[in-house]
Amino acid sequence: MNIHEYQAKQLFRDFAIPVPQGAVATTADQAQQITQQLPGSAWVVKAQIHAGARGKAGGVKVAHSAQEAADFASSMLGSQMVTHQTDAHGLPVNSVWVEEASAIKNEFYLSLLVDRDSERLIFIASAAGGMDIEAVAAETPEKIIHVSVHPAAGLQAYQCRQVGAILGLGKEQQGQLQKIMTGMYELFLAKDCSQIEINPLIETEDGKLVALDAKMNFDDNAVPAHADIAAMRDASQEDTKEAEAKQFDLNYITLDGNIGCMVNGAGLAMATMDMVKLKGGAPANFLDVGGGTNKDKVKAAFKLILSDGTTKAVLVNIFGGIVKCDVIAAGILAAVEEMHLTIPVVVRLEGTNVELGLSMLAQSGLGLHTAEDLNSAAEMVVKLAEGVGGSLPPTALPPSMEVGA
Amino acid sequence: MSILIDQNTQVICQGFTGKQGTFHSEQALAYGTKLVGGVTPGRGGSKHLDLPVFDTVQQAVQATGATASMIYVPPFFAADAILEAVDAGIELIVCITEGIPVLQMLRVKAAMKGTNALLVGPNCPGVITPGQCKIGIMPGHIHTPGKIGIVSRSGTLTYEAVHQTTRQGLGQSTCVGIGGDPIHGMTFIDVLSRFQDDPQTEGIVMVGEIGGSDEEQAAEFIKAHVSKPVVGYIAGQTAPPGKRMGHAGAIVTGGTGTAAGKITAMQAAGVHMVSSPSDIGIAMRDCF
Repeated sequence: MNIHEYQAKQLFRDFAIPVPQGAVATTADQAQQITQQLPGSAWVVKAQIHAGARGKAGGVKVAHSAQEAADFASSMLGSQMVTHQTDAHGLPVNSVWVEEASAIKNEFYLSLLVDRDSERLIFIASAAGGMDIEAVAAETPEKIIHVSVHPAAGLQAYQCRQVGAILGLGKEQQGQLQKIMTGMYELFLAKDCSQIEINPLIETEDGKLVALDAKMNFDDNAVPAHADIAAMRDASQEDTKEAEAKQFDLNYITLDGNIGCMVNGAGLAMATMDMVKLKGGAPANFLDVGGGTNKDKVKAAFKLILSDGTTKAVLVNIFGGIVKCDVIAAGILAAVEEMHLTIPVVVRLEGTNVELGLSMLAQSGLGLHTAEDLNSAAEMVVKLAEGVGGSLPPTALPPSMEVGA
Repeated sequence: MSILIDQNTQVICQGFTGKQGTFHSEQALAYGTKLVGGVTPGRGGSKHLDLPVFDTVQQAVQATGATASMIYVPPFFAADAILEAVDAGIELIVCITEGIPVLQMLRVKAAMKGTNALLVGPNCPGVITPGQCKIGIMPGHIHTPGKIGIVSRSGTLTYEAVHQTTRQGLGQSTCVGIGGDPIHGMTFIDVLSRFQDDPQTEGIVMVGEIGGSDEEQAAEFIKAHVSKPVVGYIAGQTAPPGKRMGHAGAIVTGGTGTAAGKITAMQAAGVHMVSSPSDIGIAMRDCF
């Protein structure tokens, strides 16, 4: 789960990580008032969306008067902001963060995340701040330091000194860095984060280290244990279909193609998308309906797939294991009948009682296409989506196949 | 022979009396697994499925001599359950539970260092040696005793591989689902090395997916240490970066963990890669 910069900065303050003074505004008037309560003569207005690269998209502006701050806020609020990290629709700007402008002497990069290989939390730091860390890693890997923290020992002072050394910090800033890294580590553990990124961490002209930006992600598995974090969820920043899918216990991810996919199992769902692409089509989604597939789940899944009207055909790919194929077929038929589907549906069933399941589908008179394996199913659905196979007759009889040994 | 489990493996179930624990214990018993009891705190001394229930794993081990445990407890209790099994001397811990917080798994893995316990999962279908012992949620009847070892990060793709190797008349020695979580127990390498040493296993199917670098490391291992034919498949070639594809561990971040990188590494290691999971069985057959 993601949160906004202003929420992350509040959490930073709670864990003694210095951030510029500021406040969040949802109207231009509020933005103007905030500038009057902040020190200095210049303020930064930052669009609050769940995506980076806002600066280039006009989402970070420096105002030199209260009126200018209000104008910037006014132009950002209510807009859809498209950055190179969003899709073409962008994300709605419902709030802006207004903070005192900082006098920047140096910019650094500092983040904390879970490293899968070492199975530890690692800090990543670089003197090349404000830049895309992946580009730095690719071009000048020697400018990056990784420090891994042993879960039992916790963060050690020498590790902070190692990071300070690569950032080229003086003695006083070294002490500040240790407080910041300690705060990040404690915050990470306290709130089950999956990533904390400060890019840039700045040294101000008067020698203070400050988190100029703040990005935090949380482990979805742990969010239910943190009511304060769960309350920070902003549904407006999430894909509506992905959010709806969660209510039905479905794993759904929107893609930009026109062939809907409904599959049981995450691996098989990925494989199904891959096969559609390999056969020249474009999957509209990733969808894992889970193990215990039933009529209601299939119906909810069809609704999701068809809701935006761009889907040209649907591929259902189910491996019936403990839930038998005939039970799955009955669920598909009930859902298709109730939904009055008008686009072609290709069903590939495999597993226990597959012959019974396929014959139920073929004899239903609902015009379903059945396929013997994933290769032919993907080929068939791509043709149907293109309209080439529009005249393909629905399968009359189940393909003959041997099941089991 | 087989790996990890056989007809003599004595198994307990943690979360025995819960809905999932009950259902899959019944399935395991019907398959012939030597399930000797279970653990549900507060229910010790009672019977469930005609088997003894214990309050702690330690009591269960003392009374039954079990060496393996299957865990079906809810995600926020699973780390505790794994460590309880480790502490009681269980040798093979199969954790089916999905949704364990990552930080808890980091602590579990750190605490397991230096112990002899093997962890399979979490968020996995489990382990089965066909005709002998089933520990997990896989449908037992699609399996046939045979010569192919299967190791996979995905449940349903494992079943595809099982079903196809069964239809090709090859059968399976042991199938291990190592799970879809980013921090997990046994790796591909842990399983591949056992298949290499197992005389019953003549060929290996390895099913990976995007995220992490387990497959790349396994490819290096295969190149150096595996002489048996390996058929490989990687799911997620079309997955958009930065999105979790169902499994918590199936995510491409910062250009690492891509399907293309894994496929290239496995091909370079001499693995017979298939572009469709439908071709796993045929590709394996063609190796003999």
